[in-house]
Amino acid sequence: MTPSLIKRRFMDSASMDNQLRWLSIGLFVLIATISVLPSLRLLVEALSHTTFSTSSPMAEVLRSERTWIALRNSFYTSGLGTLIAVILGCGFGFVVTLTNIRGRGIWVFCFMLPMMIPPQVTALSWLQLFGPASPILNTLGIEPALGSPQPMYSAEGIALLLGIQSAPLVFLALRTQLISLPQDLLEAAQLSRASQFRIWVNIILPLCRSAIIAGAALAFVSSLGNFGIPAMLGIPAGYIVLPTLIYQKMAGFGNDMLSQVAGLSMIIALLVLAGMLLQQWLQQRSRYALLGHTAQSLSFRLKQWRLLLEILLALVLCFILVAPLFALIVSSLVPALGMPLNAETITFGAFYEMIGRQGVTVRAFENSAFLAFSSALVLMLVSLPLGYLLMRLPMRTRAVIASLIEVPYAIPGIVLAIAFILLFAKPLPFIEVSLYGTLGIIFLAYLSCFLSVCLKPVLSAMSQLDPALEEAAQLAGARPIQRLMDIILPLTAPAFFAGGLLVFLISINELTVSALLWSAGNETLGVLIFNLDESGDSVLASAIAVLVVLLVAGLMSLLSLFAPRLPKGVIPWHG
Amino acid sequence: MARLILDGVEKSFHGAPVVKDLNLTIEPGEFVALLGPSGCGKSTILRMLAGFEKVSNGQIIHGDDCLSSSMRHVPTEERNFGMVFQSYALWPHMTVKENVGYPLKVQKTPTAERNKRIQDALEIVQLEEFADRLPAQLSGGQRQRVALARSLVTEPDVVLFDEPLANLDRHLRATMEETFRAFHKRTGATMVYVTHDQSEAMSLADKIAVLNKGQLVQWGTPQELYARPRNTWLANFIGRGSVLSVAAVAPSQYLNGANLHELIDQHSPDRAASSVLVRPQDIHFVSADDSALIVSVHSCIFRGERYDIELTLKDGHRLLAYSDVPMALDSQHHIRLGQAWSLEREV
Repeated sequence: MTPSLIKRRFMDSASMDNQLRWLSIGLFVLIATISVLPSLRLLVEALSHTTFSTSSPMAEVLRSERTWIALRNSFYTSGLGTLIAVILGCGFGFVVTLTNIRGRGIWVFCFMLPMMIPPQVTALSWLQLFGPASPILNTLGIEPALGSPQPMYSAEGIALLLGIQSAPLVFLALRTQLISLPQDLLEAAQLSRASQFRIWVNIILPLCRSAIIAGAALAFVSSLGNFGIPAMLGIPAGYIVLPTLIYQKMAGFGNDMLSQVAGLSMIIALLVLAGMLLQQWLQQRSRYALLGHTAQSLSFRLKQWRLLLEILLALVLCFILVAPLFALIVSSLVPALGMPLNAETITFGAFYEMIGRQGVTVRAFENSAFLAFSSALVLMLVSLPLGYLLMRLPMRTRAVIASLIEVPYAIPGIVLAIAFILLFAKPLPFIEVSLYGTLGIIFLAYLSCFLSVCLKPVLSAMSQLDPALEEAAQLAGARPIQRLMDIILPLTAPAFFAGGLLVFLISINELTVSALLWSAGNETLGVLIFNLDESGDSVLASAIAVLVVLLVAGLMSLLSLFAPRLPKGVIPWHG
Repeated sequence: MARLILDGVEKSFHGAPVVKDLNLTIEPGEFVALLGPSGCGKSTILRMLAGFEKVSNGQIIHGDDCLSSSMRHVPTEERNFGMVFQSYALWPHMTVKENVGYPLKVQKTPTAERNKRIQDALEIVQLEEFADRLPAQLSGGQRQRVALARSLVTEPDVVLFDEPLANLDRHLRATMEETFRAFHKRTGATMVYVTHDQSEAMSLADKIAVLNKGQLVQWGTPQELYARPRNTWLANFIGRGSVLSVAAVAPSQYLNGANLHELIDQHSPDRAASSVLVRPQDIHFVSADDSALIVSVHSCIFRGERYDIELTLKDGHRLLAYSDVPMALDSQHHIRLGQAWSLEREV
């Protein structure tokens, strides 16, 4: 053997194990395709026609007055919504986490519910609560006069719902921080003879500031990208925000409509990016390393105030959750809007109609269930090797890849949908099959969008595994894939199912992405509710929405069953 | 059975050296301890032996095979080494029997033989009746014994121990040390044992490699290390005793009492000096006479079978001595030194 041959052989065995190498290459291609490619395509489209002449699509977008109105409206509704989210989220966060209030788990579950209920259902239920045709007001006999305006069809109505929908984000961020505050800090302050008031102002608030800022930024960003609420409440009132502007532009065909839409999407994407960078910067500025052991979290005894606070919480929950859902149920049981609900009028007709007679319902259920199930399944299968490989990478590379995976989830669904349209509008090269107008394109968009949802619990479970467990298997002679199946998979299985269930839960009633990607025969549940409401069939829409809420609550309860076997923080409403 | 050779092994992480030019030859069947304070690189050496880490330089040779060099790296899976971890590393979803049998399952050993060998391994660590329990249902000591059984079930050439007793309480450690000793005797495997506890290393190992800051300080039997430590750092690290500055003298020799007293007398701060190690058992309390050293008692601590007495020499040096009776603080006494070992300067 020549020396160079010997060297080659040695080099081969010194490099990474073959199995691992193929796994890495496969996953690299996958991430590139579903995470990076859509964003790149969007960028290219928005920039490609940019010339310095005044007639380029981007210039047209920037010149159009509607763009600026929508931008201003987006800022107004999202800003006001964030304010509401911070007030609600902080109030609940402090009371539920820091006090000895009873039934903590139920409060948290109920407060988290609005986040998991699809926005169009939230909007629909609030529409049923107010306005002249409200079945619940009609039943009570206090409906406003016919012809009086629906108060929800307004900027403030949109902001209120955005606030309620994103309040759990603030709540979660704050609660995570509060749980990790050690009791010692409070005791040390008490020993220094600080009053309750001083403890709040000087200790608890400064330590929570960064968490509140982070939560508020998240709430703002998610409100900015929200499509369902402004679509249901804003479009009838002629009030446009950026996502609804894109939707309307997509509906009206034009010469360079796609480029204009891509330009608009870039504006949202940039705003969201700026928001997230700002949040990281603010958070880093006000972060403290917490010393002290966290065996016991902070807790205030409430004494006589406890019952009062519990009643207050219940009232708030009644207003933001129970009343609208009740209105939704009532509307699904009346024969037509504007009629009161009583023993004579009650009917399950809407349910029969939707389930038994309208083929579209069954089809939408099937489509959504198929999409949710298959994306959950595929993402679960991908998360195992992907999480495994990520854990083996150096810290810095891992952070970069993790944030690449995060991008499609962070950018608003409407932007992602545009990116996928651009990507798949033409038939695929080589095989000449077009995905556009099929369920396939929605499926791929879901994969891209929810990869990080599924991966996060898996990664957090894997990072808590003692590396020695795998090393021991390595010493036993097991190769990477065998170690993955025998050791890693069984030990992280709960996190895996939790990730899959979360994906299922979010994608079963997803609206934003599918609103732009659906086609006749490929409706999803989210689109169905939206279309029914738009065509005036509120009763039928309510019936479907009731079923969706039941499904969501059921799946959340199912996930709660997993909670004891999962790492802390994997299931948002447990902690 | 084959000889394990570390030849000029070096390891650095991001340019920072962790192990520097290490040369060790471990004979087949030897029980070797790698001893040193935390951060001395001993665990890194073990991980290089196991194949979890590649070497930056030098090579690791086992018999006729090169396991690791800068060109070649035999993956852990192909090394047939066993290992016992500090955290036990038992797979929580498998029973004791499945844990122990996993290496055989990977090697596709026929079921009948597999069961017999699991049985044998569990018998060695006396856990036969726990075969169907889960690791969570065992105590710390039992878990470590399962890990031990797992490491020996494939009859590996080399068994590695990574601080296996660090998580156990003091009483259990003594029992487990006994288990390890019996295990070594019965299997005759080569063993490499990492620890920061010198008494553990001294009582178990045939040979000890003492490491400091990534470098081998001394390589020898426990008796050699105790009797003839190379430098002041090692003298302070192994066993108990006091290091004294005396007038210059050649290193690595025993000094008898008369010479020693002379060297102490001749010592003055402005002249070249050497260090010597005085073990407490070599310090004798005597009645006043010309050649005796005058000391005062600085502290007196009760240790059960005796008292630890810390003495102050007239030049301010401290000396550790043993006494059967308590001594009053600041009382004056006379001592004579039996012998001392002269040390190299620490580099």
